Amino acid sequence: MTNWKAYRPLLLPPIRGLDRIEVYEQHGGYEALRRVLAEWTPARVIEEVKASGLRGRGGAGFSTGLKWSFMPPPDGRPRYLCVNGDESEPGTFKDRQILEFNPHLLIEGALIAAYAIQATAIYLYIRGEYADWIDRVEVALLQARERGYIGERVLGTDWSIAFYVHRGAGAYICGEESALMESIEGKRAYPRQKPPFPAQRGLWGRPTTINNVETLANVPLIIRHGAEWYNQIGAPKHPGPILYGISGHVNRPGVYELPSGMPIETLIYEVAGGIRGGKRLKAVIPGGSSTPPLRADQIAGVTMDAESLRAAGSMMGTAGMVVLDEDTDMVRVLVRIAEFYHHESCGQCTPCREGTGWLVKILRRIERGEGKPADLELLLEICNQMEGRTVCALADAAAWPVRHTIQRFREEFEARCRGSLFSVPEPIPSTSQ
Amino acid sequence: MATEYTFSAEELARIADIRRRYPTARAALMPVLWMAQEKFGWLSRGVIELVAQTLGLSPAEVYGVATFYTMYHTEAHGRYVLDLCTCLSCQVLGAEELLHYLEERLGVRDGQTTPDGLFTIRHTECLGACGSGPVLMLNNRRYVHRLSRERLDQLLEELRQGRIPEFESIPLPERHWENEEPS
Repeated sequence: MTNWKAYRPLLLPPIRGLDRIEVYEQHGGYEALRRVLAEWTPARVIEEVKASGLRGRGGAGFSTGLKWSFMPPPDGRPRYLCVNGDESEPGTFKDRQILEFNPHLLIEGALIAAYAIQATAIYLYIRGEYADWIDRVEVALLQARERGYIGERVLGTDWSIAFYVHRGAGAYICGEESALMESIEGKRAYPRQKPPFPAQRGLWGRPTTINNVETLANVPLIIRHGAEWYNQIGAPKHPGPILYGISGHVNRPGVYELPSGMPIETLIYEVAGGIRGGKRLKAVIPGGSSTPPLRADQIAGVTMDAESLRAAGSMMGTAGMVVLDEDTDMVRVLVRIAEFYHHESCGQCTPCREGTGWLVKILRRIERGEGKPADLELLLEICNQMEGRTVCALADAAAWPVRHTIQRFREEFEARCRGSLFSVPEPIPSTSQ
Repeated sequence: MATEYTFSAEELARIADIRRRYPTARAALMPVLWMAQEKFGWLSRGVIELVAQTLGLSPAEVYGVATFYTMYHTEAHGRYVLDLCTCLSCQVLGAEELLHYLEERLGVRDGQTTPDGLFTIRHTECLGACGSGPVLMLNNRRYVHRLSRERLDQLLEELRQGRIPEFESIPLPERHWENEEPS
């Protein structure tokens, strides 16, 4: 990544008032939708997005075009596009910037996606806490409806589309795509068993595609400039612009739009202005709280793309990077991460419901100086019993940070256990809280 | 069963409008719970029954949904609910100390309401404002960013005077390298 300084933002360009439809249109807005509706078949849109290499920005990094291609042929009955704006993974705050500064890019991208999969309605799910941003998006939708981009016979074509916002009410699990659909259906958001996948049986049993907000915001750019142009941005296997949300102990936190594949060190020291107070780095959580932390000595040469992060022992996640300085108490940080997943477990599967609770209890015990040396092995064994044994990936997301934080900062955990009153074996295991 | 709670004709028209967005009545439940909570303050048993009757659902179904989502209040609360994020990014910027500061200032613990019924304080999970933390959410809506003890003092004072902070747009961070001279 040599010339990142020359990159100019495409998702969040510095244009005043871009959230107003007339400004958005002045800058080429809705031209991609017009072109697609006038000249392109839905299949061609899917092919173009597939060729662009766009991968989902919600955490899993799956090929967007491929996901769209899983939709069965239309049969005259309803089919849906869900937009996932539940953004709740700790360390992640990027989608909110699109809702605030460039909502029409998201709306245009969702409309193009809906056309590609021949959806009859779009549900944009936004977390309930973003009430002030939901109001802004509703205004943008009203403007788009008035201009004929949404509704019956869009822009005089045969294609009609409805577009609704669904407000969440505070549940991280709704970011899981099948839980999100349950929530739209007005239920407790318990993830569904898969298969069947949403493309076969989604909202109200009908074919459904779910894409993240940032993912869809990329779509108009691909149509406007072409898959080949898009493919040239950033890391070859994970191309395109990325909204890097950088938070924690940095001098200039915030969401920075830059090409994929940025070196982690460049993001911390050049883009975000380095560590606060001139301190040294201890750890980086690269893509939200579920992605394994990297020690300061593990990040040399590592870049923000799926391949490089996997090789380094972590994941891209949501590209919400949390930077931790040398004074950070990793035991305390891990307790709080574990508490998050315990609170957010929906309670449907025993390994997750009970496992997240036990992780919290044992980690708190270690934190308050009552841990036993065997507790670290016990925690890892609980992780073994959680990973891959549940309906959705929340249990895995809860176990990964525990496993990897203990492995990579083991001396901190051992030191906490060593001074413990309970460092001699007890006849009865303590489970008190 | 008769209930003391009712929706007005205008509210029923809004509910009919909401129902048209979805193929099932059940799907209107979350938006209608939001409406009910905004009108009545919290979802008491009577309000749950009203929502159930209005949508043709059982009170148990409605209560089950209301208790799944943390933003629905199934207990009474103070006039101002302060949800302070103590998760990861806010935590490492001192949010837990700020929570304890609030507890001391108001004389109540996390999750409790002040005796005058003015403030409820709670710690909450990630609010998605990690770049401008520590952050809190006031009354399920308004974010107050970049908290410090001084900012909290100021906020409590404003709220005591009945003033709700304006929406604050946090600008994107400056792309400082774009202003540098090319080397």
